[in-house]
Amino acid sequence: MPRFPYDERDLAKFREVQQLAYHCAEQVAAWIEPGVTERQATAELRRCLVRAGVQDFFHVPFAWFGDRTAFRHFRTPLQFFAGSRVLAEGMPYVLDCAPVVDGYTADIGYGGKVGENPVWDLLAKDLRVYRELILREVRARKPLAEVYAAVDAQLAAHGYDNRHQVYPGRVIGHQVTRNTARGPAGVNLFGFGVRTLQTLGRELVKERLEGRSPLWAGGRASRHAPTPGLWAVEPHIGFRDVGIKFEELLVVTDEDAYWLDDDLPHVRRWALQEDAA
Amino acid sequence: MTGRSNGTHGTDGTHGTDGTDATRRRTVDSGGLALAVYEQGDPARPTVLLVHGYPDDHSVWDDVAADLAADHHVVRYDTRGSGASGVPAAREDYRLELLGQDLYAVADAVSPDRPVHVVAHDWGSVQAWEAVTAPGAYRRIASYTTMSGPCLDHMGHWIRHRLRRPTPRHLSQLLRQGAHSWYIALFQLPVLAPAAWKLGLARLWPRVLRDLEAVRPRPGHPQATLAKDAVHGIELYRANMRPRVRAPRERHTEVPVQLITLQRDHYVADFLSEGLERWVPRLTRRTLDATHWSALLEKGPAVAALVREFTARDHTAARQEPSAAGELVVVTGGGSGIGRATALAFADRGTRVVVCDRDLPAARRTAELCELSGAKAAAYRVDVSDGAAVDAFARQVAADHGVPDVVVNNAGIGHSGTFLETTEEEWRRVLDVNLWGVIHGCRAFGQLMVERGTGGHLVNLASAAAYLPAKRLAAYATSKSAVLMLSDCLRAELAPHRIGVSAICPGIVNTDITRTTTFSGLHDDALAAKQAKVSKLYARRGFPPEKVAAEILRAVRTRKPVVPVTFEAKAARLLGRLSPGLLRLLARVNAG
Repeated sequence: MPRFPYDERDLAKFREVQQLAYHCAEQVAAWIEPGVTERQATAELRRCLVRAGVQDFFHVPFAWFGDRTAFRHFRTPLQFFAGSRVLAEGMPYVLDCAPVVDGYTADIGYGGKVGENPVWDLLAKDLRVYRELILREVRARKPLAEVYAAVDAQLAAHGYDNRHQVYPGRVIGHQVTRNTARGPAGVNLFGFGVRTLQTLGRELVKERLEGRSPLWAGGRASRHAPTPGLWAVEPHIGFRDVGIKFEELLVVTDEDAYWLDDDLPHVRRWALQEDAA
Repeated sequence: MTGRSNGTHGTDGTHGTDGTDATRRRTVDSGGLALAVYEQGDPARPTVLLVHGYPDDHSVWDDVAADLAADHHVVRYDTRGSGASGVPAAREDYRLELLGQDLYAVADAVSPDRPVHVVAHDWGSVQAWEAVTAPGAYRRIASYTTMSGPCLDHMGHWIRHRLRRPTPRHLSQLLRQGAHSWYIALFQLPVLAPAAWKLGLARLWPRVLRDLEAVRPRPGHPQATLAKDAVHGIELYRANMRPRVRAPRERHTEVPVQLITLQRDHYVADFLSEGLERWVPRLTRRTLDATHWSALLEKGPAVAALVREFTARDHTAARQEPSAAGELVVVTGGGSGIGRATALAFADRGTRVVVCDRDLPAARRTAELCELSGAKAAAYRVDVSDGAAVDAFARQVAADHGVPDVVVNNAGIGHSGTFLETTEEEWRRVLDVNLWGVIHGCRAFGQLMVERGTGGHLVNLASAAAYLPAKRLAAYATSKSAVLMLSDCLRAELAPHRIGVSAICPGIVNTDITRTTTFSGLHDDALAAKQAKVSKLYARRGFPPEKVAAEILRAVRTRKPVVPVTFEAKAARLLGRLSPGLLRLLARVNAG
């Protein structure tokens, strides 16, 4: 196993970018209203991020509305890209963006709704279980494929669907490194930044040789203990036509693991709900 | 927009002359066209609006109207182009949106303050669907009873869905409905159809009705204007059929709809309404033993009784609050898999749900998910292998919620092992849950249903293993086979009580059962590994429990006795009939 490669300064930088990304998502969430299309939402998100000083994207910003939050009827990867779906009262939405600042990458997911949606409320409440479960399992140094299976078992108990299996490679997460590639910034191929593809390609080869994978899924390639480093973890859960996710960085050190930051919108929401109860 | 026309209307004061039951006649203007409207009964009573089809006029409703007039304000009108109503000049004036506006114009004229109950037949039903599926329709239409006339947009989607998934069943449905619809193609041809009506078909019509539709001829029927009405009405087909079926719109409605399927209908097949719940969440299905026309002309009182029962329901209450008196279903083993999916599917239709499971938190979770659909749900902890516990549970359900209308005996466990490997204890466990669980459930709830005397339905989860022998499934297959036979015997016994019994044989479905299946001779790690392996196989097959749930709902609706669900379940059943010897040979394979 490689040693944990970051110092406190690096972690502070990662935290800063992640805060910035969630902050922009919250701004867009406050701006969003019925009548807005997915494309308009991603454009707003991108503008917001660029204003905040973002130079490159790990992947282009995404927005999904309505049943697209649960990736229903997705047949081709092209359907992930923002489309002309119009937000209506009662619809859930998910924003997903991955800004890069000075090589430090964040990859975040933000779920929301406009108006009343009891299904979303229940999903949003239950999402907490997955955040705690994943941390507990990773701390126990369980192989990543087993953590994936534990998430699946919890989904079955809740009566939900695993929607992260729709992502390319069925991944629930992926490793994030400091991006040092030299390709052109701000240019993307199939939605992924050119620098991302360079870095990811290199990591895939390097890790493969070590019997590990920078992509975290349920298959054979993920039958290894969590690799020290940073993982962007994105459990995406759905019930019928409503989906929700969070995505944030999990720090896996040589002995321990913890979420990089607990001051995030969904964590704050759970705390508020707990206080109210 | 409710699609309402702002036409003026006036009463011309002509009163009906048919003796005792005064029919008041007036004219309503709909976008410049005069519609002849006929009213009976006390206007203070709930208004029922009857819409006739092709090639009829309002008189086709005579029997139904006379019966309903006793306690309803009954309104009929001649649709545009027929009877005493105006005849539009151009084909485009027969478009569905105008026909829908006609209905609103009449409703506004005869009942401006209260929504009306619409009852429609044949083409009347097609045009009423247009009005019922208009946005905000529930403000003007309290309920809708439809016979033999689908929404053309729904039909367009129905055809598309079947063309996209051309399974043998879907293809046969398309062919059979196509064979029922031959005349629609003829109506698209110029000259021919109008000529046929003019040259004698109109004169022959009473004989057609008598010989093909089992309608006895009587004075006053068909209407004197039949030939003219039939010729004008051809425009209904020409103006609407092609555009609507070719480019169907998404037409949903919140209005409660009662679909009366006529069992001997020569023109509209019953399966045309498959999947109607997608558009009409508040759907009630009824069947009537009648032909397309004998329903109105011979069995008017029966139709009137169904309408009366439906209009009397408190529909307004049902929209805001899940009804405390609606249908009730009990699902055993409802904490996961097929049981949970079935509970959710029933909840989606507004049925009250009671789930029980050995695992109370799992049952509670199912109830919580059911409540998301707006249905009432409750959860109990029950071990179905314990007869006394199941009896107590049945009594508890009857006391808390009433006698259930449907009971789904779903709880079951998996076990794999050859006969000689399987221990006595393992045999007992499998039979206790899979067989005795079903026996206890049928006995406790069947007794309650018989005592109540209004019928019901028992659904027992068997398995494809019930008729597919496999040497490694000795105990499991035996238990499921017993469930299948038990269901067959029970069906015969309960038939006089109008309690249906269905046995469901799912096949390979992706549920939790494989994660808890036991294997003779395997323990701990080896057992877990085997469970994981089989689970993976089942997951790869990828047949979701929701599809089994949909089949269960259909079995209850159609009273289907035995339901093999997946392809392998159907194939094995067929193979068992074609070549039992081959099936016996396959049983030797080391599978399961």
